[in-house]
Amino acid sequence: MPNLQSVQELEAFRTACQRAIDPARPCISVCAGSGCSASGAREVLQTLRQILERQGLQDTIDLKSTGCHGFCEKGPVMIAWPEGTFYNRVAVRDAAEIVASMSNGRRPVERLLYQDPVSGERVQKEEDVPFYRRQQRILFGNNGRIDPKAIEDYLRVGGYSALARVLSGGTPEQVVDSVKRAGLRGRGGAGFPTGKKWEVCRKNPARPKYIICNADEGDPGAFMDRSLLEGNPHSVLEGLIIGAYALEASEGFIYVRSEYPLAVEHLGVALAQAEEFGLLGENILGSGLNFHIRLVEGAGAFVCGEETALIASIEGRVGEPHPRPPYPAEKGLRGKPTVINNVKTWASVPVIINRGADWYASIGTAHSKGTMVFSLVGKINNTGLVEVPMGITLREMIYGIGGGVPRGKQLKAVQIGGPSGGCIPASLIDLPIDYEALTEAGSMMGSGGMVVMDEDTCMVDVARYFLEFLEDESCGKCFPCRKGTQRMREILTWISQGKGSEEDLRLLEDLAWMVRETSLCGLGQTAPNPVLTTLRYFREEYLAHVREKRCPARVCKELITYRIDPTLCDGCGACVRVCTSEAILGEKKHAHEIQNAKCLRCGACLEVCQPKAIVVT
Amino acid sequence: MTQTSGVKGLEHATSPQRENLITILQDMQANFHYLPEAKLREVADRLRVPLIQVFHVATFYSCFSLEPVGKHLVHVCLGTACHVRGAPRVLDRLLQELRLSQPGTTKDCEFTVKTVRCVGCCALAPVVRVDADTHHHLTQAKVRGLLRRYHREAPVPAAA
Repeated sequence: MPNLQSVQELEAFRTACQRAIDPARPCISVCAGSGCSASGAREVLQTLRQILERQGLQDTIDLKSTGCHGFCEKGPVMIAWPEGTFYNRVAVRDAAEIVASMSNGRRPVERLLYQDPVSGERVQKEEDVPFYRRQQRILFGNNGRIDPKAIEDYLRVGGYSALARVLSGGTPEQVVDSVKRAGLRGRGGAGFPTGKKWEVCRKNPARPKYIICNADEGDPGAFMDRSLLEGNPHSVLEGLIIGAYALEASEGFIYVRSEYPLAVEHLGVALAQAEEFGLLGENILGSGLNFHIRLVEGAGAFVCGEETALIASIEGRVGEPHPRPPYPAEKGLRGKPTVINNVKTWASVPVIINRGADWYASIGTAHSKGTMVFSLVGKINNTGLVEVPMGITLREMIYGIGGGVPRGKQLKAVQIGGPSGGCIPASLIDLPIDYEALTEAGSMMGSGGMVVMDEDTCMVDVARYFLEFLEDESCGKCFPCRKGTQRMREILTWISQGKGSEEDLRLLEDLAWMVRETSLCGLGQTAPNPVLTTLRYFREEYLAHVREKRCPARVCKELITYRIDPTLCDGCGACVRVCTSEAILGEKKHAHEIQNAKCLRCGACLEVCQPKAIVVT
Repeated sequence: MTQTSGVKGLEHATSPQRENLITILQDMQANFHYLPEAKLREVADRLRVPLIQVFHVATFYSCFSLEPVGKHLVHVCLGTACHVRGAPRVLDRLLQELRLSQPGTTKDCEFTVKTVRCVGCCALAPVVRVDADTHHHLTQAKVRGLLRRYHREAPVPAAA
């Protein structure tokens, strides 16, 4: 292991790494991110290894486990190099065939290629799959190419060259200036200009200074930070080290959720490697820069994503926010100037240094620059992680990349920005996605969670769900948030049970405005968003609940009934077997019947009924 | 047994830091699977922090438990993506199978059910994590089979 003493040594080592591997050498890179692992990637990887060893091919064909490719829906996914053949939904039983195809003639295994759902054609390369074709993957592009546990892989694709560039000529002021000119805004949600934050901290004479990477990705429905940390941890470290140079910080922290064990593991490995190679620690690359990074595991509190609460948590206290100002850039961790940025913000820094602020600023819209990573989930065909230029329309996201809503259902709404984001109705499908447009529509960029909802989703239920989440996660320090989220959730629960009135809708709206205006931190200030946006765009649905005591989407349990269509029921008895409340009666081969008084409306029968005879009204 | 056995961060540190409180509790949770009261008192003593503050931290963060947990820890994800794809129904069924009225520990201490807000596998919703394994695309029908994989004699009532 070389301890690199200078930028020249780093470059020499990089060249040696690149020369050590013949680009024409066959290699199978298997995605081993959390998504693909859950779908069986590890077993596939193990089988591939066994087959290669058994056939004596381990020195001819390389095997690599990489980070998340983003297309989790089709997992496990893998790429066979050097052709770049993209295989999806690979199972253990397919492993032998893949190895065989690579060792003789290299004809791809046709049936494992991605099949275009529209044309039915098989697509060989990852970049030609519609899901990827419309993306611009400047942060995630390397995820599928490198082994996150091998620093050599990161160096091979040009890793740490931005750090080298900065150390061998750039002044700290130039770095801050580049970040400013690039127009980079905080990717954690609020979108505060990063360069401005850095400048405030830089000008502060107090010492020491700290920098923090906020990897407490708490928004349900968002997993991009996790995937980046799992798949390319060095890109985040490089951003932090450059930040330390620019801000003259001596110590850095990465605050990561403990719910992400793989991310914690890969970060730990990356930190140890960076130290070993002389990229972290004392006198980094002989430049005189001293910088250490500590990994802090979160203990499970959503509010710790808020910067002042996160800092309190690092200090070993309960994660309660405090009013700003003073902002952390003035008075943060241990009372010292602290810059705290999201994972993707830090990872964007090396890209800006390498490719230039002007290039970065040329992507996106007038006030939102660069790319944004979204996790496209919910009722959508192609779920996964998507990196797109700012300003792309919702239509392009949902239909171009996401492949539309499954089973021919109608798109109803897209929930953007995590629990305190808002629901954008299908009628605003041509909305460009940037910070300003989303805020105007009543939502927010948030960390980039994008949950697609179809006609079977009840917006009252969705609002109730989010308020329940926020009530639970409210830290309780300030009254408006603590009590306001509780009251809003109570009213929404009444409405979903058919006990609400129109007066309740007015009360709900009043409460929402009050909580928004008077809460202490971002959690409370944005908590009413789900209520306000659903009331704004889906008032009809609320009215159906309060006036007609009816749930149009047939979700709210108290307002629906299950029955069996006797003309469709073939009397197979599947529903009887799964019903735990003994609510279904009927003889075999004769139409069954549901007793409403006993029915819990759990939906178990709906799941198993083959002839689709169960009707919900 | 020494007085501080099993509590990392207290054993070796000559002057334990107030700032390490959460880390110390995390290690304790990992070792005992819950935070025993006696140990919390010890931590308060050693860190010279009022016990109420230690309790404040121990009860604020969701990864800590003041009650012992079962052999298998079942995390039901109730994140947004899981919610819209039917996670509440999976949770209901799971509780029913384990004869629990709400998330908690079964009588035989085999399973502890907890709900979590998003484990970041949204593309595979709904998901349930049992110990270190993530199970995806769950339905009510798959719940019993899932439990059986961890405990053969899962307290399963006969179906109607």
